Amino acid sequence: MTASSNLRTVGTPQLRKEGVDKVLGRAKYIDDLEREGIWYGATVRSTIPRGRILAIHYDARVDWSEFVIVSAGDIPGKNHIQMISADQPCLADGQVNHCDEAIVLIAHPDKRRLPEALAAIYIDYEPLRAVLSIEESETQEEIIWGPHTSEGNIFKQFHLEKGNVDSVWAEAAYIVEGEYRTGAQEHLYIENNGAIAEYDEVTGITVWGSLQCPFYVHKSLMAVFDLPAEKVRVIQVETGGAFGGKEDYPSILAAHAGLLAMKARRPIKIVYDRMEDLAATTKRHPSRTRHRTAIDKNGKLLAMEIDIATDGGAYATLSSTVLSRATLHSTGPYVCPNIRITSRAWATNTVPCGAFRGFGAPQSIFAIERHMEQVALAVGLDSDEIRRRNFLHDGDTTATEQVMVEPVILDTLLDRALEVSDFHARQSEFARLNPLSPVKRGIGLAAFYHGSGFTGSGERYLNSLAGIDVTTDNKVRVLVSSTEFGQGTNTILTQIAAEALGIGYEDVIMAPCDTGIVPNSGPTVASRTSMVVGKLIERAGRQLVTGLRQDAGLLDNYSTQDFFTSCLRYRELHGKVESLCRYEAPPNIYWDDQHYRGEAYPAFAWAVYVAEVAVDTTTYSAEVTNFHTVQEVGRVLNPTLAAGQIEGGVAQGIGYALYEKVLYNNGHMLNNQMTNYIMPTAQDVPSISVHFEEIPFAHGAFGAKGIGELPHDGPAPAILNAIQNAINQSFTSIPLLPEDIFIRVTSDAHEQEQITV
Amino acid sequence: MRGNPESHHFIDAANLDEILALLAKEPGEWTAIAGGTEIMVAHAAGRLSAKKLINLWGVPELSNIVVTETHLSIGGGVTFNQIRHDATIIAEFPLLAQAASWIGSIANQSRATIAGNIVNGSPAADAPPALLVYDAEIELISHKGTRRLAYSDFHTGYKQSLLLSSELVLAIHLPRHHEQQIKYLRKVGTRRAMAITKVALAGTASSVHHAITRIRIAAASVADRPLRLIATEAALLNEPLNESTLSRARKALWSEVRPIDDLRSTAEYRKQVIANLLDEFLTQIARSSPS
Amino acid sequence: MSSRQFAIQFTVNGQSARVEAPPLKRLLDVLREDLGLTGTKEGCGEGECGSCSVRMNGALVNSCLVPILQVEGSVVETVEGLTVDGELHPLQQAFIECGGAQCGICTPGMLVAASHLLSHTPYPTVDEIREGLAGNLCRCTGFIKIFESVISAAAKKGSQAHAR
Repeated sequence: MTASSNLRTVGTPQLRKEGVDKVLGRAKYIDDLEREGIWYGATVRSTIPRGRILAIHYDARVDWSEFVIVSAGDIPGKNHIQMISADQPCLADGQVNHCDEAIVLIAHPDKRRLPEALAAIYIDYEPLRAVLSIEESETQEEIIWGPHTSEGNIFKQFHLEKGNVDSVWAEAAYIVEGEYRTGAQEHLYIENNGAIAEYDEVTGITVWGSLQCPFYVHKSLMAVFDLPAEKVRVIQVETGGAFGGKEDYPSILAAHAGLLAMKARRPIKIVYDRMEDLAATTKRHPSRTRHRTAIDKNGKLLAMEIDIATDGGAYATLSSTVLSRATLHSTGPYVCPNIRITSRAWATNTVPCGAFRGFGAPQSIFAIERHMEQVALAVGLDSDEIRRRNFLHDGDTTATEQVMVEPVILDTLLDRALEVSDFHARQSEFARLNPLSPVKRGIGLAAFYHGSGFTGSGERYLNSLAGIDVTTDNKVRVLVSSTEFGQGTNTILTQIAAEALGIGYEDVIMAPCDTGIVPNSGPTVASRTSMVVGKLIERAGRQLVTGLRQDAGLLDNYSTQDFFTSCLRYRELHGKVESLCRYEAPPNIYWDDQHYRGEAYPAFAWAVYVAEVAVDTTTYSAEVTNFHTVQEVGRVLNPTLAAGQIEGGVAQGIGYALYEKVLYNNGHMLNNQMTNYIMPTAQDVPSISVHFEEIPFAHGAFGAKGIGELPHDGPAPAILNAIQNAINQSFTSIPLLPEDIFIRVTSDAHEQEQITV
Repeated sequence: MRGNPESHHFIDAANLDEILALLAKEPGEWTAIAGGTEIMVAHAAGRLSAKKLINLWGVPELSNIVVTETHLSIGGGVTFNQIRHDATIIAEFPLLAQAASWIGSIANQSRATIAGNIVNGSPAADAPPALLVYDAEIELISHKGTRRLAYSDFHTGYKQSLLLSSELVLAIHLPRHHEQQIKYLRKVGTRRAMAITKVALAGTASSVHHAITRIRIAAASVADRPLRLIATEAALLNEPLNESTLSRARKALWSEVRPIDDLRSTAEYRKQVIANLLDEFLTQIARSSPS
Repeated sequence: MSSRQFAIQFTVNGQSARVEAPPLKRLLDVLREDLGLTGTKEGCGEGECGSCSVRMNGALVNSCLVPILQVEGSVVETVEGLTVDGELHPLQQAFIECGGAQCGICTPGMLVAASHLLSHTPYPTVDEIREGLAGNLCRCTGFIKIFESVISAAAKKGSQAHAR
């Protein structure tokens, strides 16, 4: 299915806007920038997971007069970095709640003097009992966050009921229960976090940074420095990967650099090294999901009871919204008349967990898609058939009673996935060959959706503003705070503008991502940039063309030259050529925050992924040998970039499933080096096939829906389903390392060994 | 970057003699650095304790692979890139060429040297198992001259060896065998490339009529040092390859390995996988054995 | 030779460079700080990610692991030296066209590693590309479009050679 179109720019593989600068090594990332008279900052961090700070000692062997030192007392405004709750201090004051929490900042003109100075600052603590897991937090024996009541330690909870779950257990032909766990995951953007700050009495504070959300940083700085909006300026520079990892943390780092800059009266640069970045910045929320499912004799879902717990770390940051997305994706793309979901985000004394591609969905989709595999086995149906019998279709309702008004083509996606992967033939072939080889092969699939844009009323609250203007040298500029960090924001937004304006891709550029220049088009998160911000740019473009027709004599079938000529005329009339649009919710979208009911997302991207694996019974290692993706993401704006998003997301998902394990010791990350935190290399990623079905979504830019997060949702369950197919072992926890497979497959053998030896 | 280059003294010397003279003059004071793939990592992490460094990179006396009638000699400063591409090594010591190609990445192989791999003393090092099964000898040099010992005696404990502070590794000597051998090498890491060994096993063997007439087995990451598996070899030598031999070999293996739990794996996993690798090697012997 | 400052001369991208630096200073830092060649990136500081890849005397090295003392008299090539007469190198062109660069932070090192590969293996197989680039971590692309870029550049170079 290909969307018919007469589009010129949208849908074509336009070359990445900033591509030339990147391949020339000319693109300037934060560590490539210097400023006159700059000093370098570093951070003293807690070494215990929880405790009171009794004293801070500065070793007299260091000449501290050479340094600028900042602690909580130096903060002119509020000592908190607020994402959702005002609970996270900018600098710990009196108490620390996780390892590697920032306590003191120092700066010096010679960055090579900083490590020895950091080592010469000693902190006395009175340790407090730390809570280091979901299970410890759940006991509420030690309340580390919130009131000392049954609400203690809970950042957020949701309860959702559809139908009457309790009524159906007795009539169920099958009841399947399972518990599924996912671990923390590090973003491992190859560029570490960094920022440069400058402070001036008159103009206020300016921060350049590697970041996703300039206006989040802007808001944080206003609070920390007690400055009005116009005295805070945040500029995103080229950003070397983010994946959600530069959504909330840069607000802290920017404030740190700013505090040092204010005290030092000079520009300050702080760039973390890999060890610091790994130890101190956010991770994906670990999770535990329990399913209890009632199924009738035909394999149709009768009831789903789902309980989700996530580990939020020490402060609330984004845990409530991550939990919300986890909750709203926990039923999978299935229709079920009776659903109960309970979910809670728990506080622990670990580094706060934050946004990471998928934002809760990979956790709950792992659970449901592993669980459906067990349901299939219980009922005696194939992996594809159990799903097909329960897929959502047009007109069905989700757990939140959202009616599927847009076309849902899961059956088509499944058929295509089975076809491109030759699923059943491969399954038979593996079953035939496996007994003959120590390497057991298997194939598995996962079906899922990912809601595009902010959850529920999120977009209404954001109330984004975006647009375009035309410069005097005849360039159209896209005015957004949406950031480029590899996913292709610059390219697709300029494509959309060019299309809407009927001019060439090369005539459109991005305005600098500077809060002093661009409007707040919202954060670059939640797979919202193509669909939501793109739509604003499309509307702004059409609005400008209408204005040019009305006021400046633009005729039909205009050339690029005609366009700019009429812009000149328009400028003479209006002083500038600018067109801004504000978010308007699609009609018939209603979300009830209080009852957690209604249209959770304006649109969904849908997918079926297939993984082939090889499990070596000599080494107990599993690897992915082939991967197929079939998805419906609305209009594909740029096929090269879109496929790149899918392939990259799948690779990250493979890492999540089989390689990437964050090891903690008393709340401190033990393997905070690239040599010990293992991501897939060029030799570990299999061939990945990418297939798109396109059903344009009327309320997304030229039909686009979200795409960026989707590919991280499916790989882990597809891979573990394939492993189950290969060795007939059901694993329920990721990352699944060879050591875990070893324990499972040898447990019987070991028992026998011990008897005979 | 947590190290400060100004906190370290780092010098070049005119030639090998000058280096050796310095090592002798100030015993224990100087650390030699060649490709830097360990020392520079420690430096960046701010944990390079050596305050005085002397350059070994590019010292001509250490940089060559020499082939004689009886031996192949690899200079201590020879890189793994040289090793994996050397025609004689590929033909006669393929396990070493293979091990070299598994070290880190291309960029690591072009800098890491064989002496560095040995002297660093990591039990997980990639080259030692291959060297051990090839009956390597190690030649050490100091201002007083050279001495040559069996490489299997060189490592004495965790990061401990017979190397004196006045000595450098001059060369590794591999006796050239011309008989047909069965060979085996397998490295188990968490990923395919850029992996630190969790378990590795190297083996060479000859067999006649299903009995093993000559065997060498060595392993990595199953003890505090690279280990030649003497007891396992003894359990197999001159024995027919049957169930009871295999069972005794496994017992011997487990009697001489001492795997541990660490960041990368577990003792139990290592213990089982090393046995599985041994099985795989023995199966290969059984298959290739002329009857 | 003093340990604090050490005068060193080498060639970078065809031009002679002379710097004074502590001898243990990393080549990476000399390139970025002393010579302003910020195309070479630091990702891990321990030779794991390959972002700092450069060629030294024709060998691919991680410049974060090379002390500057060892660079005396060497020929160093960085991403800034890939262009030929101001024109993009076929690899650079292919990375743009095939989507081999996303966030771009690994791209300079990836390009240097790829050019090193093509220098000795002009028509690499996918397996050879996988091995040649295994020391260069990319978190964005899943590597697939990087492989396509290298294959495309190799093919183009070949057809150019044929045309001549």
